[in-house]
Amino acid sequence: MTAPEVQDYVGFDTITQQMERKFLKRGFNLNVILVGESGMGKSTLVNSIFSTHLVDSQGRRTAQEVIRKTTEILPVTQTLDENGVRVRLTIIDTPGFGDQCNNEGCWVQVIKYIKDQHAAYLERELKPQRDRIINDTRVHACLYFLNPGSRGLRPLDVEVLKRLTEVTNVIPVIAKSDSMTLDERTLFKRRVKEEMSFHRISVYPYSSEDDDDEDRMLNASIRELVPFAVVGSEETIDVDDKPVRGRRHGWGVINIFDETHCDFVHLRNFMLRTHLSDLVEVTAQRHYEQFRTSQLRQIKELRAQQAAAAAAGGGGGSGSSQPPVGPLPHQPMAQV
Amino acid sequence: MRAGTATVGPANGGGNGSAGAAKKKKMNGYVGFSNYPNQQHRRSIKRGFNFTLMVVGESGLGKSTLINTLFESRVYPVKDGEDSSTPRNGAQVASPTGVDITSVSADIVENGVKLRLSVVDTPGFGDSVNNDEAWRPILENIESRFDAYLAQENRVNRSKIVDNRVNVLLYFIKPTGHGLRAMDIEFMKHLHTRVNLVPVIARADTLTPREVEQFKAKILADINFHGIHIFKPVSDHFDDPETISDNKAIAGKIPFAVVGSEQYVVRSDGTRVRGRQYPWGVIEVENENHNDFVALRQMLLRTHMEELRDQTDVSLYESYRTQKLLALGHVQNNSVFREFNPRRQQEEEERLHAAKMHKLEAEMSAVFKQKVHEKEGKLKQSEEELHSRHQTMKLTLEKQRRDLEEKKSRFTQSDSPQVAAAAAAANAANASFVDPAQRMASKDKKKNRFF
Repeated sequence: MTAPEVQDYVGFDTITQQMERKFLKRGFNLNVILVGESGMGKSTLVNSIFSTHLVDSQGRRTAQEVIRKTTEILPVTQTLDENGVRVRLTIIDTPGFGDQCNNEGCWVQVIKYIKDQHAAYLERELKPQRDRIINDTRVHACLYFLNPGSRGLRPLDVEVLKRLTEVTNVIPVIAKSDSMTLDERTLFKRRVKEEMSFHRISVYPYSSEDDDDEDRMLNASIRELVPFAVVGSEETIDVDDKPVRGRRHGWGVINIFDETHCDFVHLRNFMLRTHLSDLVEVTAQRHYEQFRTSQLRQIKELRAQQAAAAAAGGGGGSGSSQPPVGPLPHQPMAQV
Repeated sequence: MRAGTATVGPANGGGNGSAGAAKKKKMNGYVGFSNYPNQQHRRSIKRGFNFTLMVVGESGLGKSTLINTLFESRVYPVKDGEDSSTPRNGAQVASPTGVDITSVSADIVENGVKLRLSVVDTPGFGDSVNNDEAWRPILENIESRFDAYLAQENRVNRSKIVDNRVNVLLYFIKPTGHGLRAMDIEFMKHLHTRVNLVPVIARADTLTPREVEQFKAKILADINFHGIHIFKPVSDHFDDPETISDNKAIAGKIPFAVVGSEQYVVRSDGTRVRGRQYPWGVIEVENENHNDFVALRQMLLRTHMEELRDQTDVSLYESYRTQKLLALGHVQNNSVFREFNPRRQQEEEERLHAAKMHKLEAEMSAVFKQKVHEKEGKLKQSEEELHSRHQTMKLTLEKQRRDLEEKKSRFTQSDSPQVAAAAAAANAANASFVDPAQRMASKDKKKNRFF
């Protein structure tokens, strides 16, 4: 049916302001996980993106410190406030990932953590008595750190990326790209994209039918840049009496905010200023729903198996009185 | 999970109460996540909003007129020569108690914002002789919408969820001036926990301002006395003083005394406004001195539409869902969710762990074997040493004995007194010679204890 414009002003278009108000009251959660070997620049990059010292590097400082034997999961939560908008930001570091000689299974803890958050949310969602506003701990974005100077993806990267992209939004970055010339970066990015398409690894952003032309163009330009070749820095250097956030080498100064030097600005804008809401929503609507669907199907199958076993066993007693698991409706609901 | 809403944070506006351990940090410079609401805004505009409004009241109280006045004639299109009193078309659900439920939907766009407005009418309510159960079909309708939503929420595939839950119910009160009637009280008591109730005094043009005031006071007294919850705009500490005072003003007018009109009248200064023409004057719909229509519209559409939707979702639906699930006997079995995911993980971990253990075992036994071998070697070596020493000592002793025997025989042959002394000395020496040999034997014995 066509939607006629209202001639006299009714005024419901203010609903968007009403929603903004509700939103300001509540604030939102943002959970980002950092995956990469130690020394890839994870902590510095995250601190640069949010312009504040959020996380400490988990690298070894002295020789006496032991090299971690397993991947640890270290979530750290802080609250940031900008213009009245509050975000409860959780950065999840993964020290120990990829640091061993034999890195078989170093991703297990990471995947488990991500899935556990989905499971916890599902559990709370299915409770008969639940908080309607469930505290969202699901991982909204994964920054995956690639090694600069490699010829494309390493075998470990392929293994891990395959698994990570199934459960969360993955954004591949090269954090210490100051050792790569612009040509080398272009070549590296092209190689990485070829290898990802060969291995059918799909990273964020995804395309969807709801996108309009503006969205499509924006997503296409972001896909061009992936993986983001960035440089992180928490230091400010004086260049011609102007403060510059960057790194000073003997042969020059890198300004991380200069788009000709690195992709830092693009990465930050993409993550925070244009796609932040999308990251959260895609996590809820794609990754979480996938997880939920597979869990519920498994439960259904399990119950079907148990019912079949009980029927086959001739009423042995175990399968007869199953307590209802979760609120799957038993009777047909009246439709309006 | 649901289109357009960011479901995080505590339900009541009590601030950041959930993540107790979160610390606050200052940033250097503009980061940009404060753009989040704008991103949501864009998305919501693309998707549009739902709003379902139900009107309940006896016929002739002006329900349809009011709806058309609120939404500028976009819901019930008025053809020439007709007015709101002509019967409507719409999806009808016949009910034995004589109350019909009819629903009309309209898509309205304003400044790019799309609203899917549904108005549910209840013709026949209160028009029968026996109105005891008049409230029942309405309650059932509201609850069946909750059921429909619950079913959709629990589906395995949830990509399309249609939300047609009732967001607000306008209850029309007859302008008697005498407080609430029995049917009004019955209705409100049954419905107030399932829907946002907004009582409205209909056809307020029969009441003088003073009568309106008194009537309102009586209605509110009845409502309080019977413990009925009605929807009231509340402010919290996030709001600016202007909003707080606006909310107070609106709340002070509840229940709204309204007049609706689809006709236009011409004022004395020539302007055309909605109103009703009487011989004694003109009542203007949008004149705040004449009636509370503006306040009602302000609250319903311009300030509290989102609040109404939110309350329906967060509070009314949730309590219905909880009651229903507990009544059906659902007990949350937490262990089920823990099993599937970590089971495979656990197996993998166990495998890795077993492999590690095996490796360690192998290493340790190898080390043990090596050490045993070393020790054995050492002990063998010392055994051999001792044995050879034993031999050499034995030989020297033998030699010494033979020498002494020789000397002894020479001395015994010469027959002198020195011989006896020498023989005695030789005997003593002989005795002491036995000891070293014995000592060797005992040493051997000791050595054997090593093994």
